[in-house]
Amino acid sequence: MFEFKLPDLGEGIAEGELLKWYVDEGGTIAEDADLMDVETDKAAVTIPSPVAGKVVKLNGKVGDILNVGDVVVVIDNGSGGAVASAPEPAKTEEAAPSAQPAAATQAAPAQPAAAPAAAQAPADRKPGRPVPAAPATRRVARELGLDINIVPGTGPGGRVTQEDVQAFAKGGAPSAADAAASDTSQAAAERVEFGETGGIPFYELETLPDFDAEGPVEREQIRSIRRKVAKKVVSSMILVPHVAHMDEADVTELEAFRAKERKRREGTPGGKLTLMPFVMRALASLLKKYPQFNASLDPHRNEIVYKKYYNIGFAADTPRGLMVPVVKDVDRKSILQVGSEISELAGQARDGSIEAGNLRHGTITITNVGPIGGTGLIPTINYPEVAILGMGRTQEKPVVRNGEIVIRKMLPLTLAFDHRVADGAQAAYMVTELVHLLSDPNQLLLEA
Amino acid sequence: MVIGELTQETDVLVIGAGPGGYVAAIRAADLGLDVTLIEERDKLGGVCLIEGCIPSKTLIHTVELMDHVKQADRFGISHENVSIDIDKLRAWTQSVVDDLTGGVKTLLEKRGVDIVKGRAVFTSDKSVHIEGAGNIDFKHCIIATGSRINTLPSEYDLPLWDSETALNLPSIPERLLVVGGGYIGLEMGTVYAGLGSKVTMVEFAERLLLGADPDLVKPVIRKCEQRFEKILTDSKVVKVEEHKGGGYDVTIEHHGKQTVETYDQVLVAIGRKPNTDNLGLENTGVEVSERGFITVNDQNRTTVDHIYAIGDVCRGPALAHKASREGKVVAEVIAKHPSAFDNRAVPAVVFTAPEIAWTGITEREAKDEGIEVNVARFPLTALGRAKTIGETDGFIKMISDPVTNIVLGVGIVGPHASELIAEGTLAIEMGATLEDIAGTIHPHPTISESIMEAAEVAAGDPVHILPRKKKK
Repeated sequence: MFEFKLPDLGEGIAEGELLKWYVDEGGTIAEDADLMDVETDKAAVTIPSPVAGKVVKLNGKVGDILNVGDVVVVIDNGSGGAVASAPEPAKTEEAAPSAQPAAATQAAPAQPAAAPAAAQAPADRKPGRPVPAAPATRRVARELGLDINIVPGTGPGGRVTQEDVQAFAKGGAPSAADAAASDTSQAAAERVEFGETGGIPFYELETLPDFDAEGPVEREQIRSIRRKVAKKVVSSMILVPHVAHMDEADVTELEAFRAKERKRREGTPGGKLTLMPFVMRALASLLKKYPQFNASLDPHRNEIVYKKYYNIGFAADTPRGLMVPVVKDVDRKSILQVGSEISELAGQARDGSIEAGNLRHGTITITNVGPIGGTGLIPTINYPEVAILGMGRTQEKPVVRNGEIVIRKMLPLTLAFDHRVADGAQAAYMVTELVHLLSDPNQLLLEA
Repeated sequence: MVIGELTQETDVLVIGAGPGGYVAAIRAADLGLDVTLIEERDKLGGVCLIEGCIPSKTLIHTVELMDHVKQADRFGISHENVSIDIDKLRAWTQSVVDDLTGGVKTLLEKRGVDIVKGRAVFTSDKSVHIEGAGNIDFKHCIIATGSRINTLPSEYDLPLWDSETALNLPSIPERLLVVGGGYIGLEMGTVYAGLGSKVTMVEFAERLLLGADPDLVKPVIRKCEQRFEKILTDSKVVKVEEHKGGGYDVTIEHHGKQTVETYDQVLVAIGRKPNTDNLGLENTGVEVSERGFITVNDQNRTTVDHIYAIGDVCRGPALAHKASREGKVVAEVIAKHPSAFDNRAVPAVVFTAPEIAWTGITEREAKDEGIEVNVARFPLTALGRAKTIGETDGFIKMISDPVTNIVLGVGIVGPHASELIAEGTLAIEMGATLEDIAGTIHPHPTISESIMEAAEVAAGDPVHILPRKKKK
């Protein structure tokens, strides 16, 4: 008998929604044949069977939320006896691409002394190998009901310390809230009760009115991406004191340049020059000067983590909901290259083929509602990042230049940032510089 | 529990008083549980204490001592002919065993563990029958019945020796054939060679000690080649017949060619099999594999929730220390502690000359499983302490993760390997890195320094040998 546990699906991913079984109970499966589709926070992955044999039991039905480490399938592989504690399948890495974590962890030692070494991400761990942790630490994890395999280690070589386990249990661990959430999906009609609401004055969960009494309604389970978005924005709005700084960039010349180049480069990679790669590239260069906007606040260590890599996410509206693909190392790429990656990633996000690794490790996010419309917006920070840049619609507006009213193309910009980490003056300085860069393509050429 | 009653009851029933069972009973009693221990033998301690580890190590120590004395000439110690009194040695070994088994009994009794002599047979998921002692109903049961020696096919229904017989030193055969080149065969072969027998070893596989990395075994084979008359690998015994006038005619096949030799005695050491076939497990829901091993999870729970199995009857190596650890885990699990057998390394030790020990991943396993590792060796020829005792044949092998430098395995061949391996095992359990070992002060001059040196070799900055050429 072989008990197959849901393997590590990538850094920090503790669960996934079961989308599809490729086998039935009683059926047979070949080694490496497709076993199941699981949708994690943002991407769907196909998981192959690590062994060949007869499928004895499938633990879960389509729509269930499965936790990493749960036994999902029991396969009779002819080994007869002992229920093998599943070694991670060799293909896990393929199924859950770990993408760029190397950049994140390897950059750690180069960080300034004040910054902590980045926690070694579980995705870096080699499948099938036990997590490095002392016996007493493992016992603490068991006491807390935690799977130590998903706890990031801060010790040498990624060793998990007792402090790591305790911090994980207190922090973003798959705790009561997650358990409650997965309960809802298992029993659709079951009501989830919440305990104390943290002693916030005036705060209580209001009882919902009887919607059905007013007319027909349709109910939909909050799952996968919707749930992830909900969790992210709640964390962001409750934990992060948001401040929004607004400005307008005169992009008349940039737009003229862009239109010309776009025509000339039609059909070449990155040739579909949108405004986004220009803004992204300009922002990347400014983040080096204003590192507090390319950071994260670590409440467990009472530290601000300044990242020395510039991975910029962009909000993409996809059929499955909001996704944030990440362009890695924007500071080291040309505008054309950034543009071509944006269109490639956006396409993958829309058709669902995007790898989990390309949805992670962002250090700041840009959201552009311009193509849809809007004179401006106050975006919500993509926690645990520190800032998000919102772009409104570029419009021709009457503006005063040298005492005269002229028509210029104006791009509304909003930088929402975490006031715990940065102050308004810094935001104003950075956005002012951003406006200058975008107003003058030559400056962009020189400085970005 | 009242003696004489037809049916008794207990919280925890432990079947078998070997190093798994008695340790489980002690821990369970200390955790406040009512414990009954059933043992079929007269003495407590199981194979390990009575006819395994303890008597064999006593004999090996004696033989080694004699060997040291014989070799001490080069240090300037001169001596008359060294001889050995077998009766005295047998009595000494017996006194060691008696002392320890008596100690186990005291430890159990002082903790209030009820000891019942007899053979337990399950009658259901909740009860066992013991001939002459009635039935015992249990809330939890720990199966710790161990294993027994494999025998040659029944056609050799001859009074051949097994390790148990051999440990009793019935005689010192002039020519002894040891069948099986595993650790028991090697240890017993070494003992009898030391006591004066001309030993021939025959092994079915292509090399001795199949579980160990071949490089670790090499120095032992070199030594055995001096001590033994012959070592035959890739060979099998096809026929054993009584020789007229005493001894046996043994036909051995090697690469299709058969030869017949006469030996005074044949010692069969071809492994062990779990004692699960005579327990009445068919009357329970406990699942047993085709090879006789009880199916357990990582808390050593069988397919029946309140029945546990530890030691040789379940998966993993048949080693006393593994059984003891499982015994503690199971006792704690029954007492509702969050315990699990999550050990990363079970050290293996072979008491040959020189000793071999390894822990964690072996080089061969890493290769077979495609795990990239950094392998570094430190030879004992470069170690001061090894020189002082004139035993420089051997080395330490440090196996680590090439990226994180976390120690994954340690292999040792050389003097005191059996003691040194504990440090490697601790390192693996702790998730220690090479630097952790290299940065720990090891006392000088000792053999233990070799572990530190090997870690330094692996990290690229050894002191007592030249660094390996840097990569790139």
